Amino acid sequence: MMSLDESVILIGQGVKSPWYVGNTAQGLIERFGEQRIIDTPVSENSMTGAAVGAALAGMRAVVVHPRMDFMLYAFDPIVNEAANWFYMNGGRISVPVVFWGVINRGGEQAAQHSQALHAMFAHVPGLKVVMPATPYDAKGLLVSAIKDDNPVVFVDDRWLYDTEGDVPEELYSVPIGKGAIRKEGKDVSLIASSFMVGESLKAASELEKYDIDAEVLDLRTVKPLDVDMILKSVEKTGRAVVVDSGWKTCGLAAEVSAIIAENDIRVLKSPIRRITLPDIPAPASRSLESNYYVKHPGIVDAVVKLVGAQV
Amino acid sequence: MRGSEHPIISKETTTGLYRTMVRIRTCEESFVDPILAREIRCPVHLCTGQEAVAAGVCSALETEDYIFGNHRSHGHYLAKGGGMRELVAEVFCRETGCSRGRGGSMHLIDPSVGMMGSVPIVAGTIALALGAALAAQIRNDRRVAVSFFGDGATGEGVLCESLNFAALRRLPIVFVCENNLYSTHLPIAEIRVSPKIFELGIPFGEMSLRIDGNDALTVHRAARKAVNLCRRGKGPFFLECLTYRMHGHVGPDDNIQGTHTDIRPPKEIEKWRKKDPIKKLGRHILNNKIASRKELAEIHEEAEKEVLEAHRFARGSSFPREEELGLYVHNE
Repeated sequence: MMSLDESVILIGQGVKSPWYVGNTAQGLIERFGEQRIIDTPVSENSMTGAAVGAALAGMRAVVVHPRMDFMLYAFDPIVNEAANWFYMNGGRISVPVVFWGVINRGGEQAAQHSQALHAMFAHVPGLKVVMPATPYDAKGLLVSAIKDDNPVVFVDDRWLYDTEGDVPEELYSVPIGKGAIRKEGKDVSLIASSFMVGESLKAASELEKYDIDAEVLDLRTVKPLDVDMILKSVEKTGRAVVVDSGWKTCGLAAEVSAIIAENDIRVLKSPIRRITLPDIPAPASRSLESNYYVKHPGIVDAVVKLVGAQV
Repeated sequence: MRGSEHPIISKETTTGLYRTMVRIRTCEESFVDPILAREIRCPVHLCTGQEAVAAGVCSALETEDYIFGNHRSHGHYLAKGGGMRELVAEVFCRETGCSRGRGGSMHLIDPSVGMMGSVPIVAGTIALALGAALAAQIRNDRRVAVSFFGDGATGEGVLCESLNFAALRRLPIVFVCENNLYSTHLPIAEIRVSPKIFELGIPFGEMSLRIDGNDALTVHRAARKAVNLCRRGKGPFFLECLTYRMHGHVGPDDNIQGTHTDIRPPKEIEKWRKKDPIKKLGRHILNNKIASRKELAEIHEEAEKEVLEAHRFARGSSFPREEELGLYVHNE
């Protein structure tokens, strides 16, 4: 994108350093210079605001927050300014900016280096929120986010950084608002995003032992949701288990559940289940961590109980 | 007649400053009755008394330069070249307003003249102006960005973050603090230890000045210097303009006319009334024979006509259609 469009800039903490955003931004300064690849002081509010301002002034800005937790300092430019700008100015000027946040869980990093805050952003009118689960989608959704004339929150889970997959060299995009069915099935719909897609796929293959044929949905975009895909799948399977890496209350899983219930609750053979983090801050100690994060065995257990299969 | 090396301000610029201030004042005062009659309902923060800052700074800018405002930005919008009809229609929340009735008085925008927007989140646009300056620097297009904010905004951390980054990258940005001595109801002594706001720029190595914000010529001269430095890659610049608002924080009457609370001492208000920026420049113009009394009177008459016409336009315009509630959430 940067070589095709001179207006694209990357700004944020640690773009010079492999420590923060992995190798994602490595080599960009050599290619595009420090005018367009901007490592910044620790000033999230101002730097995020600067990205928004640059976007208003004709750039396509990507601002990176190497820990999503730090984005809370930037709620004003993200929510008050960028999300509302187009509307409150009667459509006079839109804000092509990408807020790239990295979820950074595990490793005993505790409550302020672990939060998955996508649902908070998805709550806000004017923001789009995407969460890739595969390397292919990471590139394709980022390209779509940069090309979009609206503010897009791009949420990246660091637990996915070891994932391997085919990524074409050429530029392509994955459309915002379109989910993908990663595995077809007929007994239950596992509706997931980002890292939870892989866990759901592992759970699905384990569920085969119980003769449960699970369908795995990758939302890819958290807002706007691919409502069609969700409803069609649930109509087919009659069961919905929503798996999310965020907290339970008012979270993404709650939203997906509500959409299913509001549509036609009679298609359901059993209640909807949410598998999420408990409403508890992230702990440090590994003994607590292992009980905190959602992994595939937890999904298997919940589905088995729901479907009522014999163990 | 540009550049700090030319301290003389031309006759045209001087009468231009006068005209801009009169247009702003006349327009501001025209909102008082419709506000009291509840015809205008959105919160309106009048800038009567502070016109010299908007006029002085914007007259030092080119159309392509960027400005960002705040909750009290009618003056900035008009001074930068925004249309008065669209301003009045927006304050009346009509479809023909500059923000199509979606923003009201606190959201004024006209990108075609570099008025990039205004918001009521205190200090909310400081970093946006910073980003516009960054864009100008990356493109090397010689544009300058101006951020207008009040003394209240000095309590926000984003100001210091932005001062630092602007200085670090020598961005073409002028930070203009309109110090009207009150942060809504609080006098400045209750929100800051140091009353010298301009000193905020100094630790970041920025050129920083405090000037009489009620003297349009002084503001223009200082702004011209600041803008020229920015254009030569020698930004940023911090400009504190001492001024005073003649109305309450919001609406025509609170804090002054007694319907709410008279928190400002009447003597203080009177003192500042004598420093009225329009009268001050008017005296200068007459004393120096820059224009005649008749010519000044014509400026007032023209402004009255323009304002009347703008009100007619606004009142004759429809409100946004109910079914269009959901327009403009995204740019698709």
